[in-house]
Order: sequence, then structure tokens, then C-alpha cells
Amino acid sequence: MLATVDWHTVWERLFHPDHVFLRALWTTVYISVAAQALGVVLGLIAALMRMSRVAPLRWLSGIYVLAFRGTPLLVQIFFVYYGINLLFGFSLIPTTVSFGFFTMDGAVFGGILALGLNEGAYMREIIRAGIDSIDKGQMEAAGSLGMTHGLAMRRIVLPQAARVIVPPLGNEFNAMIKNTSLLFIIGVYEMFADADVHYSTTFQPVEIFGAVAVWYLLLTTIWTMIQAAIERKLAVSERGEELSFRERMLQAWTPVQAWARAR
Amino acid sequence: MDTGAGVGASTVATADVGAATTTVVRAVGVQKRFGRLEVLKGVDLEVRRGEVVCVIGPSGSGKSTFLRCINHLERIDGGRIEVNGHLIGYRERRGRLVEDSEKNIARQREEIGLVFQRFNLFPHKTALENVIEAPIHVRGIARREAIVRAESLLGLVGLSDKRDVYPGKLSGGQQQRVAIARALAMNPSLMLFDEATSALDPEMIGEVLDVMKTLAREGMTMIVVTHEMGFAREAADRVAMMDEGRIVEEGRPAEFFVSPREARTKQFLSKILG
Repeated sequence: MLATVDWHTVWERLFHPDHVFLRALWTTVYISVAAQALGVVLGLIAALMRMSRVAPLRWLSGIYVLAFRGTPLLVQIFFVYYGINLLFGFSLIPTTVSFGFFTMDGAVFGGILALGLNEGAYMREIIRAGIDSIDKGQMEAAGSLGMTHGLAMRRIVLPQAARVIVPPLGNEFNAMIKNTSLLFIIGVYEMFADADVHYSTTFQPVEIFGAVAVWYLLLTTIWTMIQAAIERKLAVSERGEELSFRERMLQAWTPVQAWARAR
Repeated sequence: MDTGAGVGASTVATADVGAATTTVVRAVGVQKRFGRLEVLKGVDLEVRRGEVVCVIGPSGSGKSTFLRCINHLERIDGGRIEVNGHLIGYRERRGRLVEDSEKNIARQREEIGLVFQRFNLFPHKTALENVIEAPIHVRGIARREAIVRAESLLGLVGLSDKRDVYPGKLSGGQQQRVAIARALAMNPSLMLFDEATSALDPEMIGEVLDVMKTLAREGMTMIVVTHEMGFAREAADRVAMMDEGRIVEEGRPAEFFVSPREARTKQFLSKILG
């Protein structure tokens, strides 16, 4: 069976990526990052709305999560890209989107929007859990010092919640890298679209899709390593073993003094 | 560098001594319910400038709740609380009390320092950063200036050498002393202590009480909810006994501990003093 695999094609796809593929790879990466960033922002807004005193804001947040967690991502991508223009009666997502200094393909823009909206619904729950995990006394202490709710949230609660939020956020980003492949159906030329083009000219599904799977695996593996490094760093500070910059310098330069202080 | 040296009376602000009123806290008929449970059933208390009032009583008597009402961490269901002549947490509108805006409540709280039983230091900030946080971000004081003052406050509580240490590496007593410095950094005209030594190991209680005694000597107005009768006897100008949501007896410590009038007080004191 394996003898029928054209190993040369696999080798070429993996180790001699052409210019077009590299651009598709870059598209995959930047869509992932942009959509995840959008998701975090939307998730944070929705989480804060969920905790608001104003009831309609809470409802809006609930409806948002209900809609985007309860329907297929693929449907959302189609709906956002094709549907919104019709819904609003004008071209909300034109064929090219210009941000002044650089322009973006309309499909890429729509794709980022759809992935980000979907991600925001999941991030809301993650961020809310992170905020809930912080002791109520922190908010009270901040309040007793004259901080308003918003200031206390920004300066005291969210920085601490970030430690709880980062690990699941990492998992979300891992999923996001893979979900970008769905955008091929609205015409985004990312890694999977590139593979599909090659497949339709060579009819070598095993070689082509196998190779692109390895590329996705490479991206997610690199991310897993980065994520592990971040979590290790956070875990150290959580154990209270965090040293300030000054202490670290002291220990590095005067080991004798550090030894004396430790006693 | 140890900057804790030059700590004198100037560290603790006893601001506006000459102000028109000498009453700092005036609580009248304060009521508070948690659902069906009536926690405060009309508490009256007046505290004058520079006075140290210790509130004692069995657990569940409402002492902590009352203290938390004074800076509006708890809403009240009846009565009124004034600090420095300002109604706390509420505004009067056509003879009725409506809750004040968040901004106004925050501003009122700047005047009132609160020290918690569980310290509640910000764990992601060093001792110094804990102390300078509110002066910089609430008061808008320049960082350099805030640091100078924070260093002298850390000196006051005897922790100049811990300025760059995170709370996780401090003992309970040290954390509580940082928490006191943090509250003092806002120059409060009133300090509230909510069982500040109850969560501490016995050998650390003394160091925190010593700081509180220093504050009392320097003229800070303080309301101290405590189980430390030794502190109440030594540092308090007045002792108030709370039971079942009311202040049942009030008096100077000399009389209060020697010859209490009320049966409830006698019973409580005999239990706690053995």
C-alpha cells in the first residue's frame, strides 16, 4: 500500500514549499492571530456585560453566546460573509477592505470577523470563569481604597484573572489555527485552499492532504511549546516564588548576600 | 536603603484638627438585613476625632457588618451614617435616602482606611506597589512622590526591607502590616480594623497590635473590631459591646472591664477573660 504513495510529492510539499504556499501559510497564521485577538476582545466585552448591573446588557451577552455557541461555525462563516451584506442592504464586506496602509481581501476580512465572533462566545465563558476565580476580597480592598469598579477591574482583578485565563486561551488558539481551514469555502487562500488547488491538478489526496496535515501539526506543536513556556512562567509567580527584578539582580551579583539573607 | 528612619508624627495625617466639627463618625439607628436575617437592629455610635473605639462582642453579633457599613461595603436598610459630616453611600432626595453614584462612594472611601481580617493584599504587586497603587491611580499623585511616602509608611510598620517582596513571600503579620501601610497611604481621616489579628498566628499578633497602638498614640481616629481584650484595655478610649445587632453597652475601658453594667457584657467578658 505504502508503495503506491508518491513520496516525492510529499517530500516536495513538506521541504520545498513554493512561494504561493508560503503566502498561504502566512495567511493562516495571521488570520488565526487576528481572529483570536478579536475573540478575546469580544469575549472580554461580553463577560463585562454579563456582570453588568444593566439587565439589557446581560441579556444581549446571553443571546450572543447562545447564538454563536449553538450554531455550526461553518454556518456562521457563510452567514457573515454572504448574509450580512444582504441583511444590511449594503456592502458591509466589500471585495477588498482597506485599512489605509494595507488592504485585505474581503473574504479574509469576513473570515476573521466570523471566526472572531464565534471565538468571542467561548472566550466570554473563559474570561468570566477567570474573573470569578479571583477572591471577592480583592475587589473590596480596591474599593476601600477609593477605586471605582472599572479601575479595580482593570488594575487589580483582570491582571490576576489573566493567569487563570491563559491556559484555556491557549487551547482555544490551538483550535483556531485548525478552524481557519474552514475559510477555504468562502475563497480565502490559506493552507488548505492551497492544498485543494494542488489536489485538483494532481489527484493525489493522500500526498497533498497528508502534507498539509503535517504543516498544521507543525503550527500547533510550535504553539503548544510556546503555551507551555508561558504557563511555566505563570506557575512560578503563582507559587509566590516570584522575585522582583531588583532581587534577581542582587542574587545574580552577590550570591553571598543572597545566601546570608536566606538564612 | 532603609528609609524608615525619619518616621514621626508627620507620617500619620491627623488632618483638619481645627475643622468645625470634631465628630468623625456619627451612626444613627443603622439597620441591616441579609434576606430574612436582621443583622443590625439600630446601631448608634459616635466617634470623635482622635478617638479609638474598640467594638467587641460574640461572633455573629454584627460588629464586622457594622464596620463594613461605615465605608459602604454593605448597603444599609435603615438609619444613616455620616463620616466627617458627609452622609455615606446615600444622597437625600425629598427626605428619602437614595444610593449615591459610584464615583461619589469611591471618593468617600478615600477618606476611610479599612484593614481586613484576611489582609487582601494584591498578590501580583510587591509590598511597595501595593502601597503606591491607590495614591497614584486614585489620587493622581506623581509616582516618585508616592514612593517616598510609601517608603516612610513601610518604615512606620517596620518593613522597609520588604519593599520589593511579593505578599506570597511575607508572613501573615507582615502582610497585615503592609495592608495597614496601604490604607494609610491614602491619608485617611478614619481607620477601620475588621478583626485585623484574627487570622494571624499567635506570635504575629503582637507585631500588628504594636503598629495599631502606634497609630492610636499618633492621634489617628480608629474603630477597631477585635477579640484582643488586652489591646482594648490598653489603647481604646472607649469600648462598645455589641450583641444581636445592637450596642448594648459603651464605656471607658477602665470602667467597662472592671464593672460592666449589663448582664450580657458580664457574661461575655467572663467567658472571654476566663
